[in-house]
Amino acid sequence: MKGLPPVLITAIVLVAGFALCALQFPNIASTRVVGNLLTDNAFLGIVATGMTFVIISGGIDLSVGSVIGFTTVFVALAIERWGVPPLVAFVAILALSAAFGAAMGAIIHVFDLPPFIVTLAGMFLARGASFLLSTESVPITAPVYSTVSDFALRMPGGGRLTAIAIIMLAIVIGGVLLLRLTRFGANVYALGGGRATASLMGVAVGKMTVKIYMLSSLLAGIAGIVFSFYTSAGYSLSAVGVELDSIAAVVIGGTLLTGGQGSVIGTFLGVLIQGMIQTYINFDGTLSSWWTKIATGVLLFAFIALQQGLVALARRPAAKRAGAVS
Amino acid sequence: MTFKALFAASATAALLLALPANAAELTVGFSQIGSESGWRAAETSVSKQEATKRKVNLKIADAQQKQENQIKAIRSFIAQNVDAIFLAPVVSTGWDSVLKEAKEAKIPVVLLDRDIDPSGKDLYLTAVTSDSVHEGAVAGEWLAKTVGDKACNVVELQGTVGASVAANRKKGFDTAIAKHANLKVVRSQTGDFTRAKGKEVMESFIKAEGGGKNICAVYAHNDDMMVGAIQAMKEAGLKPGKDILTVSIDAVPDIFKAMVAGEANATVELTPNMAGPAFDAVAAFKEKGTVPPKWIQTESRLLTAADDPQKEYDSKKGLGY
Repeated sequence: MKGLPPVLITAIVLVAGFALCALQFPNIASTRVVGNLLTDNAFLGIVATGMTFVIISGGIDLSVGSVIGFTTVFVALAIERWGVPPLVAFVAILALSAAFGAAMGAIIHVFDLPPFIVTLAGMFLARGASFLLSTESVPITAPVYSTVSDFALRMPGGGRLTAIAIIMLAIVIGGVLLLRLTRFGANVYALGGGRATASLMGVAVGKMTVKIYMLSSLLAGIAGIVFSFYTSAGYSLSAVGVELDSIAAVVIGGTLLTGGQGSVIGTFLGVLIQGMIQTYINFDGTLSSWWTKIATGVLLFAFIALQQGLVALARRPAAKRAGAVS
Repeated sequence: MTFKALFAASATAALLLALPANAAELTVGFSQIGSESGWRAAETSVSKQEATKRKVNLKIADAQQKQENQIKAIRSFIAQNVDAIFLAPVVSTGWDSVLKEAKEAKIPVVLLDRDIDPSGKDLYLTAVTSDSVHEGAVAGEWLAKTVGDKACNVVELQGTVGASVAANRKKGFDTAIAKHANLKVVRSQTGDFTRAKGKEVMESFIKAEGGGKNICAVYAHNDDMMVGAIQAMKEAGLKPGKDILTVSIDAVPDIFKAMVAGEANATVELTPNMAGPAFDAVAAFKEKGTVPPKWIQTESRLLTAADDPQKEYDSKKGLGY
């Protein structure tokens, strides 16, 4: 049951926050807003799921926002300019982004470099490459796009569960199962506990590192495709800063930034909390939208403090006067 | 303890965010791009003023330059069932599906300041934008009228290369002076719409044209570059506004300051009041069902030193330029 208390707290914050918002704007408590929350944050939910694996394993992936941007431009150009069928374009970009992630993972492992630096380089590389492809926003007019973006399951009360929201939910569920029930998931936690110990436990550290970053980039690629459905366009400036939003979602979701602990469900709730704050600010309409960042910042601080407290508590019985420094 | 701290934090945040919503006749949601330029900030403050004037409840969402934030804002406006949505689109593409949702909910959308991709023409009520070709033409006509029959060498400070505004303002000016053989653009270079580059380029123009003796007028695609150019002229010992005529576009407060000092001659206003005509169009549409034209062109006022620049400066300085 590790990692459960922080998740519970995240859930309480979400429910309490939602209730507070609904108290002030009764319209918020509608299926339409809930549907919007899922649709508008679909790409964030997908990419944050991948980020959860990376952070639990003790790493970080700063390249995901740029990979989303590159994906949207690549897909748009492939379909519109190069005449590639959409499905082929999707497969190509997913292969490309998975290879990109694998390469980053391999560099991190082989040269024993901090993931922060390697993925920072990856971030610049992918963003630069997308500008090289096109600086302008490229509209996608393929019929598949309007079919998918118009598809929605109607919920009672006017809400829509869109195709991209369904994709996101499926990936979140897949992520939960992968992390909880498979050897791969167990190895991710082991890696987060410490590379040396994991290696002693028989985890193939190198292979795992490559796989984890591959997964993260692959999900970023899927998020990019979802993003292109969201806007029906490819734009090299899309999803700037999403890597930071997704890291915030992961931490608010109760995952330890130093690795070893965390859950995909928590991340999903963290994504929803960020979306909820933004919805509230939009509903209010008089507040600067930068309050989203301030509120997210306050929550981040609260959760980091909380985690440090929990870590200190957990250590107390083992060593009677252990410091709370991790 | 940490539980308490957390609740305290979220409660404080909620208190900070809590503001009473006031009732009004019309509620309009405005998805603004951001506040990247002084003009954009002025547009936001003028929109608020115009809304107060008409007793419209205006909800503004600043998208921080991100399309995804604009789409989210539009969706939440639809969920709130507002009477109309204003959109200043950050890019021209990618609006189809969210505007379709607005259309389904029967909420009219008005574009402000920028247009969107042609495929979405039936998805919005009208677009309120300025005509940048016309702005250039107004500047050119003023210059032609002012110099009369005298031969006049014009130097031009262009906006950012590739920006459509720059191309249009050049085109409009060129067309207007083409009818006058005595007017000739002798030098034209980009000053990137910035003060610093405007000054730098003007310095090189002055050197190249015999210390500025051969230059009769400067045309800048925006006021900021002109402010830089005025400085360059003063440093070269020339008298801008007298030895060399100036005409530029935008009408930011600083150009009026220069006019008051007698250092600038004319500017063409890019009005920050895009919301005013949009409110009127929406009100007419809601009350009488009048469908406005697809394009509402804002007025491009010509403002010269004769138009009380001090008053213009005072009225604009508080808008956030």
